[in-house]
Amino acid sequence: MRRQIPLAITLVGGVVMIIQYFIPHQISQEIYRGSLDWLMIIAGFTMVLGIGSLVIHHTDKLKHHREGWGYSLVTLAGLAVMSIVGLIWGMAGDKPFMQIFIYAQNPIQATMFSLLAFFIASAAYRAFRARSFVATLLLLSAIIVMIGRVPIGAKIWSPIRLVSDWLLDYPNMVAKRAIGLGVGLGMISTALKIILGIERSYLGGVK
Amino acid sequence: MSIYEKMMSIDRRVLFVLIALSVVIPLLKPLLLPVNVTKEVKHLYEFVDKLKPGDVVLLSLDYDPSTMAECQPMAISILRQCFSKGIKVIVTSLARPEGLGTAEMALTQAAQEYHKKNGNDYVFLGYKPNAAAVILAMGENFRLAFPNDYYGTSIEDIPMMKGIKNYRDIKILVTISGSGIIDTWVIYAGGRYGVPVGAGVTAVMATDYYKYLQSGQLVGLLGGLKGAAEYEKLIKHPDMATKGMDGQNMAHLLIVFFIIIGNIGYFLGKRAKGIKGR
Repeated sequence: MRRQIPLAITLVGGVVMIIQYFIPHQISQEIYRGSLDWLMIIAGFTMVLGIGSLVIHHTDKLKHHREGWGYSLVTLAGLAVMSIVGLIWGMAGDKPFMQIFIYAQNPIQATMFSLLAFFIASAAYRAFRARSFVATLLLLSAIIVMIGRVPIGAKIWSPIRLVSDWLLDYPNMVAKRAIGLGVGLGMISTALKIILGIERSYLGGVK
Repeated sequence: MSIYEKMMSIDRRVLFVLIALSVVIPLLKPLLLPVNVTKEVKHLYEFVDKLKPGDVVLLSLDYDPSTMAECQPMAISILRQCFSKGIKVIVTSLARPEGLGTAEMALTQAAQEYHKKNGNDYVFLGYKPNAAAVILAMGENFRLAFPNDYYGTSIEDIPMMKGIKNYRDIKILVTISGSGIIDTWVIYAGGRYGVPVGAGVTAVMATDYYKYLQSGQLVGLLGGLKGAAEYEKLIKHPDMATKGMDGQNMAHLLIVFFIIIGNIGYFLGKRAKGIKGR
């Protein structure tokens, strides 16, 4: 029963949602709106579950002084401080919550992402070698797009912008569309397998 | 170590210092090279520009501080364009909770510049988890997803929201994103409810979305800092993105220079080995 009931709910829910999409009747619309309400409620619970898991995981790490427990302490302290500050003074405008966001979280996250520029530069220098025909194509495309997308590219050689646009509009788009179609077909087949009960790994404990 | 090997293995610290200098020096002493406007940016600008005062735009600021260097100038430019034309804006931030802060910063800055009032000229709905469900719910009724705005005011008490029920009452939705949420907007809001969608994304993401431009699923696309600088040029309000382009120019040139140096070293080294081997 522990497996049959969730499988039955999935089958009925999946089939009903497929049918309602193609039938714009009032009853079908009511079902759709009801399901949206359910989705929103479930999404709210996932947040609670996520925060709960985070607290349990880091408290456990802290309690047993596992490797990196100092980071767990910072995580929990951050969670506690932001929650308390937000609950007491609110979140909007010039409240402490927003001030902490602007002067702490904002620069921290921006700095972390900015470091990518340095690593990308170093990785590009070391990895981009014209070792084969395919690698040479990739290298040339990358150089053309990198230079063609910035204003100085047109100063160096004006047609580079057109070549860069062509690379993005045709070879790039064709490849991305092919990948997109493959992903789309994969999603449909996976969804059908879940609805029909063939794919059961989401229930847990099944290989 | 031969000269060729040296060319292939320059110390990464040298690279780091040069990259830092290539970004910092142009910021201090700008070159102000002219920015060319691409068709995908122009299309979005023209769509918004054709709207009338009182029309409503849904702007979803789906990025957080990590990508704000690229995304924030886009958001501010679109807000400036809307506010200068008397277009009303509904703002959401659905990708991550951290996005609330950056969205509020952009909104506050643009609103103060144009003396716009919350509730009359714009509404900030905030964040709700599960973006797909929220996007679908807003297609039925904004109140279903957001009974209150970010500041806790009931939607029913907000003057601007009177007569605005769902996507049928907005002219375009623009998502500025540092994540893959654009697919969700295009599929659910654009596909199911037929609302025109425009997008702004980080430079590394831009290549993923050209397929939607060609199929007409996106009205226009702003790619990275360059896209933001183009939009600043179109609205005739050069700002952070325009200033940042000089740094990007130099950094790109420097990276290409080092790639070429590395490859010259690789080929000459290979040739020298071949001659020795004979």
